[in-house]
Amino acid sequence: MSSFLYGIKQGIKNVFRNRLFSLASIGTITACLFIFGIFYCMVMNFQHIFSEVETTVGVTVFFDEGVEEDQILDIKSQIEKRDEVDNVHYTSADEAWKEYKEKAFPDTDQNILTNLDNDNPLASSASLEVYLKDAAMQQDLVDYIKGIDGVRSVNASKSVADSFASFGRLLSYVSLAIIVILVGVAVFLISNTVMIGITVRHEEIAIMKYLGATDFFVRAPFLIEGMLIGLIGSLIPVCALKVLYEKVVTFMTTEFTSLSRFMTFLPSGEIFRVLIPISLIIGLGIGFIGSYVTLIKHIRV
Amino acid sequence: MIALDQVTKTYPGDVKALKGISLRIKKGEFVFVVGQSGSGKTTLFKLLLKEMEPTSGTIYINNKNLGRLRRRRVPKLRRGIGVVFQDFRLLKDRNVYENIAFAQQVVGAPNRLIKKNVMAMLKLVGLPDKAKSYPNELSGGEQQRVALARALVNNPPLLLADEPTGNLDPKNSWEIMKLLEAINMRGTTVVVVTHNKEIVERMQKRVITMSEGEIISDERKGGYIYE
Repeated sequence: MSSFLYGIKQGIKNVFRNRLFSLASIGTITACLFIFGIFYCMVMNFQHIFSEVETTVGVTVFFDEGVEEDQILDIKSQIEKRDEVDNVHYTSADEAWKEYKEKAFPDTDQNILTNLDNDNPLASSASLEVYLKDAAMQQDLVDYIKGIDGVRSVNASKSVADSFASFGRLLSYVSLAIIVILVGVAVFLISNTVMIGITVRHEEIAIMKYLGATDFFVRAPFLIEGMLIGLIGSLIPVCALKVLYEKVVTFMTTEFTSLSRFMTFLPSGEIFRVLIPISLIIGLGIGFIGSYVTLIKHIRV
Repeated sequence: MIALDQVTKTYPGDVKALKGISLRIKKGEFVFVVGQSGSGKTTLFKLLLKEMEPTSGTIYINNKNLGRLRRRRVPKLRRGIGVVFQDFRLLKDRNVYENIAFAQQVVGAPNRLIKKNVMAMLKLVGLPDKAKSYPNELSGGEQQRVALARALVNNPPLLLADEPTGNLDPKNSWEIMKLLEAINMRGTTVVVVTHNKEIVERMQKRVITMSEGEIISDERKGGYIYE
């Protein structure tokens, strides 16, 4: 126990002894996790908006001539039973004609067209609109529906779903690339910080070895130093991001009220419940790896 | 306590530091190892601490074959050996108490025992009132006493001293020797590597003389034969 406390005490001392390098390392980790945090917030919100949009992306099913309404309603309940389906809306041929009239001839006297009501030109235009829970499942559903007897065609609008998904992917790749570079820089800087500590304290380390210190005892203060730098470097950006996120969300929702119809932000609690532990783990991990690699190389009993 | 069988050590460039030496040192003995620079004394010292491996031959300490000792067992071996150097090697940013306590922290001694043991050691080496002094406030003799206290606080059965009087005047040198003798009387095996002819002559202990990597004499109550 006293060795453990010794390690922690010396580790904290090391951070202050090596002030400049510690600050540089903390700064890099902070930058790394700040960028990571920003991208995380963006990607999560994007996915959130995307999932809202997904429910409005639907599939329209048309039927062969002569397929009766009862048959269509049977197919409707068959489709409704599928897991990926959120809801199914039935539009009868009459409703389709009515909608068409209103849309195509809004200014025309509707009575002129009433003559056609009994001889509906869209007699075979009854359709089902199927809304999905998850747009990614769209293709499976389309394949399934196409296989049902009486189905003439299936219209699926994939472009919206695809562009949303590809933008989300691009964002993830860019953030991943930036993070990989910054993690590399951070590990390098921590390794240098620890290396300087080892050089400054080489006499003490030599004495420790003569006195019978274990590798763990000699290395622990340096590991703690690295992890402490990582911890501080992850706490700063997480706190800053939390404040910033709440301010941005408030600003966007109050200043751009028109946006709020199709853009809703995730509550800060939901974002940071995940972002805080991830950042802490990354920070501590960078600190641990940066110092451990150096210690394995330079300190052996 | 210590047994060497046909130990050789060859450094890169075919520099032969030890040429097949064999010796036995029994528990509780007081032994001087003397010899010119380059005679192999320091190599012997490092081999005993397992800082390096011999090129051939076997070394036993407390019946343990150092060649078969796993790396992770090395700290345990060293905890059984107190070490004192010519240049004291005290930590300058820590006071006397902290320097000695450091040895106990390294072996994970509980805090309540550390204070008791450190104070007992300070008393043994005659510095009970210097606990709060820093190394630069002490004379050479006092610094070496602190180093001795640090080497002994973990109660090792063996004490290795490399030129412990090398930086001291004759009076302080003699006092350190008397202290080493007192420690030896308590049962600790003491091996002193030295150049100090006067002290070796005066102490009348076993003297092992080395030259060019070989033991050229081993006398029970010897003097300093190397000139």
